[in-house]
Amino acid sequence: MRFLRMKPGHGEVLIAEGDVDVREDEERLVDEFRRQLDAGMWAAVPLGGRGGRRTAQLARRFTEVPRDAERVIFFPRAAGG
Amino acid sequence: MLLALSATALVILALLWDVVATPIGEALARHRARRRVEPTSDFDPGRERRAEARARQLLKSCVNDEEWAMYRDLGFVRVWGMQAERPGEHEATMGTPYAYLIYPHKPLLAYLPQTGRLLNEYCVTFPDETRPYGSARLPDSDDVLAKWMALTGDERRLIETANLHLPGRQLDPRQVKRDLWRLRQWEQERVRAAGADEAHEGGRRQARAGQ
Repeated sequence: MRFLRMKPGHGEVLIAEGDVDVREDEERLVDEFRRQLDAGMWAAVPLGGRGGRRTAQLARRFTEVPRDAERVIFFPRAAGG
Repeated sequence: MLLALSATALVILALLWDVVATPIGEALARHRARRRVEPTSDFDPGRERRAEARARQLLKSCVNDEEWAMYRDLGFVRVWGMQAERPGEHEATMGTPYAYLIYPHKPLLAYLPQTGRLLNEYCVTFPDETRPYGSARLPDSDDVLAKWMALTGDERRLIETANLHLPGRQLDPRQVKRDLWRLRQWEQERVRAAGADEAHEGGRRQARAGQ
């Protein structure tokens, strides 16, 4: 699983990577997930869908991220413009 | 005598001051302007282009083929609304499918595809307050992807976060109507192209079967 973060002037940046089936990796990913959300990020997991439709799933906790997700994308929290 | 000369000199100085003061002041201002250290801008067009190129690849990898082609060709993405009760629901249009147009760094626009009626603008931003290069603004395609993920992931949450406005506040309704017309043309062209491809493929299959 890879954690990507959108950044101004960068595009996405790889911030963490690991195998959720390896305990140390999972703990590191959980810590990083919390850190990103505490920093004001939203986390989304891009999903495939039926009939070619694609969607994303917003995750507020690491446990909400599907175990087989390849990537989680962090982006700044929405604000009224 | 000395007193008289001093008084005359003072009068001459006072009279000359009006003439000399302005050029001296301007010369001093120019001198200060030349020596002033301007804060350098962090804006780097090359870096922004590279960031946008990466953002486009990420967007392409997340949305489906049709959405990607729409963004590439038209500059916006349409996302169908999934809420049972549309925001700003009107009795006459209740239950009618609705959709959003996602433009980079512009409000989301909700509309009725069947009639083309514009419903609302939802002003929403994704400011990165860490400002890595002095700007909180994501690349265009990242902004579109952020809106797309938030909208398909939790439409209600995004819409409740956004500031609601009537159409026309930031997006020119005439431009949006033109974009909707372009979208219809674009979809018809894709349907025609897909039909032609299918007919061509069917012909090839028949030819192979006949051999």
